[in-house]
Amino acid sequence: MARKTLANGENDTRLRGARWWKEVGWKHVFAILVIIYCLFPLLYVISASLNPGGTLTGSNDLFSTFSGANYANLLDTDYPTWALNSFIVSSATAVGTVVMAAAAAYAFSRFRFKGRRGGLTTLLIIQMFPQMLAFVAIFLLVLTLGEVFPFLGVGSNLQLIAIYLGGALGSNTFLMYGFFNTVPDSIDEAARIDGATHAQIFWGIIMRLVTPILAVVGLLSFVASYGEFILARIVLSRPENYTLAVGMYVWGTDERNAPWSLFAAGAVVAAIPIIALFLYLQKYIVGGLLAGGVKG
Amino acid sequence: MSTEPTTQPPRLEQTTQPPRLSHARDISRPGFYVKLVLMMLVNAFGVYGIMASYGLEEWGVLAFLVVALIVADYVYFSKRALAGKYLYPGLLFLVVFQIYVMVTTAVVSFTNYGDGHNDDKEAAVTQIQRTSDRRVDGTPTYPVTVLDRGGDVAFAIVDDGTPLVGDADEPLTEVPDATVTDGRVTEVPGADVLDFAQIQERQDEVLSLRVDVTDNPDDGWLRTDNASTAYIAKSLLVYDEAADTFTDPEGKVYLADPDQGLFVAEDGSSLLPGWRVTVGFENYTVMFTDSRLAGPFASILTWTFAFSILSVLTTFALGLFLAVVFNDARVKGRRIYRALFILPYAFPGFLAALVWRGLLNEDFGYINEVLLGGASIPWLADGNLAKLSVLGVNLWLGFPYMFLVATGALQAIPDELTEAAVMDGAGPVRRFWRITLPLLLVAVAPLLIASFAFNFNNFSLIYMLTGGGPNYPGAPLPIGETDILISMIYAVAFESGIRRYGLASAMSIIIFVVVGLVSWLGFRQTRKLEEVM
Repeated sequence: MARKTLANGENDTRLRGARWWKEVGWKHVFAILVIIYCLFPLLYVISASLNPGGTLTGSNDLFSTFSGANYANLLDTDYPTWALNSFIVSSATAVGTVVMAAAAAYAFSRFRFKGRRGGLTTLLIIQMFPQMLAFVAIFLLVLTLGEVFPFLGVGSNLQLIAIYLGGALGSNTFLMYGFFNTVPDSIDEAARIDGATHAQIFWGIIMRLVTPILAVVGLLSFVASYGEFILARIVLSRPENYTLAVGMYVWGTDERNAPWSLFAAGAVVAAIPIIALFLYLQKYIVGGLLAGGVKG
Repeated sequence: MSTEPTTQPPRLEQTTQPPRLSHARDISRPGFYVKLVLMMLVNAFGVYGIMASYGLEEWGVLAFLVVALIVADYVYFSKRALAGKYLYPGLLFLVVFQIYVMVTTAVVSFTNYGDGHNDDKEAAVTQIQRTSDRRVDGTPTYPVTVLDRGGDVAFAIVDDGTPLVGDADEPLTEVPDATVTDGRVTEVPGADVLDFAQIQERQDEVLSLRVDVTDNPDDGWLRTDNASTAYIAKSLLVYDEAADTFTDPEGKVYLADPDQGLFVAEDGSSLLPGWRVTVGFENYTVMFTDSRLAGPFASILTWTFAFSILSVLTTFALGLFLAVVFNDARVKGRRIYRALFILPYAFPGFLAALVWRGLLNEDFGYINEVLLGGASIPWLADGNLAKLSVLGVNLWLGFPYMFLVATGALQAIPDELTEAAVMDGAGPVRRFWRITLPLLLVAVAPLLIASFAFNFNNFSLIYMLTGGGPNYPGAPLPIGETDILISMIYAVAFESGIRRYGLASAMSIIIFVVVGLVSWLGFRQTRKLEEVM
């Protein structure tokens, strides 16, 4: 094989011609095909959202019209309420999850108390069973709680947050526990000698040192509750308390009235924050931090 | 322990070294007041709940609230229980919304809880009497006013010039300060008179309301058929408490059957509603023995396993293939490719399923109309095609995750191993199967198992894409060919004409067992693979 000698005297090992095609070139072609496969549903939904008054059929001419009418029309529907509900529920869940899981991880990591090992083992076992598997019993519990606390009954976003928080310890304590253990004990001791209380050590020192994990857990739990469907579906009964997941389901499956272009516009708006978060979180996913965190 | 230096005069104020206190008692710190306010709110909430559950006779809730409140006050005001202060909030939610509901699932799975068996026996007896009532001959009709009293519908009538008001819980009682015009109550303090439109809106409540005339239900009750006049009605069925039977006017006797939770006559007919009883393993056996249910159930169970295993295999195969192909420094622009490959993963799953539902629509969808030039392939309406579609959409949703994971794992495999294999003369295929894949599997096996467990319960994909359909004809429930166990449970519990919480819970327990078993196997498998390393 002919190899050119470069100016610096080394051989040019870059592949050329047929060999390049056989070993590298086809990969670019293949990548383009995969990208088309990945992108076409997304392009389709963007195109549909720009097509005013479009039905399913009307959406098949990709990018034939460009109009923001559907986005403007979203404001006249329940959509802003749903978006707000989703934002409130997911934010409250994220904050609550971070605080409760961090507090529990702090206790397991820093205190030695009776039942500590047992508690950790129990959490490990509970972690295996997703909370939503018990959705029938959760519904029955909501019925009972709604009698006692009317603001926590069926149709209450607050109740939905409380249910989501029930899954906070199970899925996140271990992640945080490992991270908390990497913060050396000597830091606590130094602070204790200086007269800091356990609460000051927790809020003032430990929480600041583990901020990255807090952010990741918070964002992950935001994304998870944003997309959670089955529990939201059984707890939220009226359109004005729907979260986006429930609301978009109602629009997307309504074949008779089919506000398809409106659905498409709503889907685009609903997806943007999550896509942004995911691209930001990518490195943690590769790092295996998200072990098994297959999204829903 | 004294922290006071002994050399100082005893009366001198301690400024240098105050004795250490926890926040629990130190009233000089702002944190104490924050805690105090929070605990006041918690106590207010708890006491409110205790009183409300006492009024509703919800003894379970009451007991739990009392215990939870006492523990909360102890933990946060005591100097001990340090760990408890940090564990309590999370544990409380965990106990209520995860552990308790799991236990309830198990308990309910052994009962006949569901429509027709919603409440206890006492409630069932009252309900049977109320629904089988007829007007008592020879009693007058009363012009009735429908009220809203504290959220509950109430009736107001005028009897002998006295205004009387009563609702579902309270028999008719005199309300002297009510305003009466032309023999009809027009205003009652503390209650709103419902107008015609409001009555229409709450029609069911109004028509089903029975207001006892006196404390004794045998005296009959007031009901209305038109919201303008009311009459006194009594049950046609006579309940004999000692014999535990109902007797209808023809003399037919319905005997309480504690095994079924129903009043059953000799000819097999029964009165509705029944009550909640423990039925043992019936909910578990009915899945396999009920001829109309057993067939679909077996198919759904098989499909659930097939769906989750195939989903893991297809997504992993594609993701791994892409990772191997693009783990090649000679390919320029890999960063851009990778960012675009990940987009389906970043797109919220529930939206993706709905968008694909539109794309796959038989008559108007993009796939049939444009890509296949106007074909009419029933992607979601034919059983086998629908299964294929579900797997295809899940492949689109899931392969980017596997791609990311496999890329990460590939990069962690040391180059020396591949180099050594090259030295020994192994070709690329052999290197992949003998070196790369085994090492990769060690790293990703737990993720594959987690992915299996996730797909086993992938409710939103199925429910949003196909709704479980196409439905099995003749099945007693709205279940179909693409339903997986969890969506079948949803159908049993919420979508069938008669909600059967007991059966649904029994099916949930089956999922619990499968998921637990898989997790355990996964745990062991991971350890075994690590030993191989």
